[in-house]
Amino acid sequence: MKIELREIHKRFGAVHANAGINLSVGTGTILGILGENGAGKSTLMKILSGYFHPDSGGILLDGAAVRLRTPADALRHGVGMLHQDPLDFPPMRVLDNFLLGREHQFWQRRSAARADFDALCSEFEFRLDPDGFMFDLTVGERQQLEIARLLWLGARVLILDEPTTGISANQKVKLFATLRKLAAQNKTVIFVSHKLEDVEGLCGRVAVLRRGALVGEAQPPYTTAGLVQMMFGQALAVGVRPAAPLGAPQLELRGAEFAGEHIVLRNVDLTVAAGEVVGLAGLEGSGQQQLLKGVAGLVALGKGSLKIGGRDLSQASYKEFLAAGTAFMAADRLEEGMIAGLTIEEHMVLARRGKQPAIVDWAVARTAAQAGIAEFNIKGAPASVVEGLSGGNQQRALLALLPPALKLLAMEHPTRGLDVESAIYIWSKLLMRRAEGTAILFATADLEELLRYSDRVLVFFAGEIMAVLRAADATVEQLGALIGGKQK
Amino acid sequence: MSEVVLIATLASILADSAPIIFAALGETLNERAGVVNLSVEGTMMLSAMIGFAAAFVLDGYGPMLFMGTDLAPYITVAAGFAAAMLAGALIALVVAFGSITLRRDQVAVGFIMTLLAIDLSSFAGVNFVRKPGPSVGHLPIPALADIPVVGPILFSQDAVTYLSFLLIIGMAVFFARTQPGLRLRGIGERPQAAFARGTNVVLMRYLYTALGGALIGFGGAAFSLHVKLGWSHRHTAGFGWVALAIVIFGGWDPLKVALGAYFFGALRAAATTLQALLPAVPVQVFPLLPFPLMILTLVIFNSDGLVRALSLLPLGPRRFLFGLLRSNPPAALGTHFRQE
Ligand SMILES: Nc1ncnc2c1ncn2[C@@H]1O[C@H](COP(=O)(O)OP(=O)(O)OP(=O)(O)O)[C@@H](O)[C@H]1O
Ligand SMILES: [Mg+2]
Repeated sequence: MKIELREIHKRFGAVHANAGINLSVGTGTILGILGENGAGKSTLMKILSGYFHPDSGGILLDGAAVRLRTPADALRHGVGMLHQDPLDFPPMRVLDNFLLGREHQFWQRRSAARADFDALCSEFEFRLDPDGFMFDLTVGERQQLEIARLLWLGARVLILDEPTTGISANQKVKLFATLRKLAAQNKTVIFVSHKLEDVEGLCGRVAVLRRGALVGEAQPPYTTAGLVQMMFGQALAVGVRPAAPLGAPQLELRGAEFAGEHIVLRNVDLTVAAGEVVGLAGLEGSGQQQLLKGVAGLVALGKGSLKIGGRDLSQASYKEFLAAGTAFMAADRLEEGMIAGLTIEEHMVLARRGKQPAIVDWAVARTAAQAGIAEFNIKGAPASVVEGLSGGNQQRALLALLPPALKLLAMEHPTRGLDVESAIYIWSKLLMRRAEGTAILFATADLEELLRYSDRVLVFFAGEIMAVLRAADATVEQLGALIGGKQK
Repeated sequence: MSEVVLIATLASILADSAPIIFAALGETLNERAGVVNLSVEGTMMLSAMIGFAAAFVLDGYGPMLFMGTDLAPYITVAAGFAAAMLAGALIALVVAFGSITLRRDQVAVGFIMTLLAIDLSSFAGVNFVRKPGPSVGHLPIPALADIPVVGPILFSQDAVTYLSFLLIIGMAVFFARTQPGLRLRGIGERPQAAFARGTNVVLMRYLYTALGGALIGFGGAAFSLHVKLGWSHRHTAGFGWVALAIVIFGGWDPLKVALGAYFFGALRAAATTLQALLPAVPVQVFPLLPFPLMILTLVIFNSDGLVRALSLLPLGPRRFLFGLLRSNPPAALGTHFRQE
């Protein structure tokens, strides 16, 4: 299906999220949409899929002007969208999820649907059990289910909003194969990302958004420098990591054991020095989270001993960990990191450590929030609620909330969902902390990031630390093989 | 216990549980849509009064209105139920309006409606206290009632009990086999996603809240026209709260909710029997017994130990038992929905 967007405008209060965008996409093509955080990519896609109504402008499908009132309406016109966070129903079974929303039917007709489901799964080589529960599925599998569902309901245009965040390398290969196959079947695919390498490898054409406007288009062969220039209006230099002298041990683990819900991490011996950055590699859920939460005092130590800054905290409460100067930054920013519904300045008040006066001095809080906003370059005001910030700005706000001097900082996916510029910025701030003597542990799925910023990399596999590498000597290929559990 | 007594006891458990079945399944509809209707206690009370009063008043005019027809008793009782359902739906609509449109706290709105409805039932029901009036008539189903054992238990009841059976089956089929039932589950689970799949979340929440409220109202009238006949001050006291608890006990699943209601009925019957057997124990103890026992059952079924025991089973039976025992509250229960 041929799509034409004409002069699309959308404002959220003062933010002009889409400012007069004109774009057309031909049948059977894969269009990439690139743009920094907050560029307006998701907004434009939500307009095309019926979630948002444009303030002005029009949408033409195969030359006919349409009004897409709701997502279901858009799907009736053949436009389906996969959201950044899959919009499905975790407690239900896979088949229920597949069925939910089929129109004009009173009975579910489960056996017919199951047959269709199996046919779609075998066509695209998805391995999904219709009787399984959703919460057992990985993000990649939930995407596969959603793709199958949208195709079943007759989608001829598939929009994917940052589908490669949070899925494994193998699933990414499979996803790309699926999308190429769809394009070959004359479906139209729109692929939103800020990962240049994904877009370069997949898309036949790329459109770049910046601050709500379409700033350019590109066709292969792409040059990374050219795309970066378009995305940010300037070339970016990846920060080189200055060598920092290592100090005294900040974290010492001896025979430590941390139990999680699905996995137990056993017998960890690890010493991390002040000013050292240790990257944790491995498939999601291989034990990295237990280590990060454990050293921050959020998961109790089962066996062994744990010292922070030389003090034994094996049996200590979370409060004592905080007092000792540890901090944890969760991957799920709005679930564990911040409180949806509260503003930046309210977070500032909540995040303060130590004894606080019983009555909040809001003037002080506002000043602190303003200082944080300025220092971390957050696009928002002290009174902005955190869920209204874009992902990159939420991450910056989280950093702004950390107390000044820390002995140990444990982070899950510090740059997940962030564009290149924000990621570089966040790391520049983290490296400043490192220079001040903070020991940093972080987990990420991005191998480049691991090698670029770590001193040492620990590779996790099924609840064990399989290998410890010096980042300077390791390669991405080597790391990839170890993560898959291929060699010891 | 002789066989005859046992059969009679089972039959009376099924009949006496009907009001709670209606109320608990009505509340299940409400909560599946994401709306906690905390007014159950008050709704049952008021609709028990209204149901009886409407039937009573109409019965007074009966000879005049339906002269000569032998349908008169059915019509008066049916009118009582209809009035009760209307009252239940109206109270539920107030809760819906307060929580869906005005975005107030559902618990607070429901609680206030309970207090209001209880007082209203006492105030408006003054003239109907302890008056003999119409009730639902016994209605054995011809051939079926003669089947040994099963017949007298299941098919020698009255219309309200039969309706309660039909409601249980109908609602189980609705959730498990129909598209609207699946959509309803979606609304309570994740309204944003349900909206994305073409459900009009606000309209459906209103609809199911009203429908659930009507069922709760029916449960109230089932009390005064079918179990504990007539009306007296605070006639149904406590049963609304029990119905609310049974929804949780049954894990928001119609079959398990019904099972919970019958379990509660059986415990009450057992308490009455025990009372006769153990004259030394103070009588006040027995009516309270079902509550700690239900809590105990809840604790056992939701314990980690059970989950661990299940994890030893092979995948097939494990999944089956897990599906059976699992109790997940609708994730969006009590929350507001805002369409972007
Ligand atoms: N529902 C909303 N209410 C208010 N502002 C919004 C809303 N959705 C988006 N915005 C604002 O519109 C702008 C564009 O946001 P959008 O989500 O489209 O960016 P994006 O390009 O998808 O960024 P990211 O890469 O971080 O996902 C941002 O400034 C954002 O804060
Ligand atoms: Mg986005």
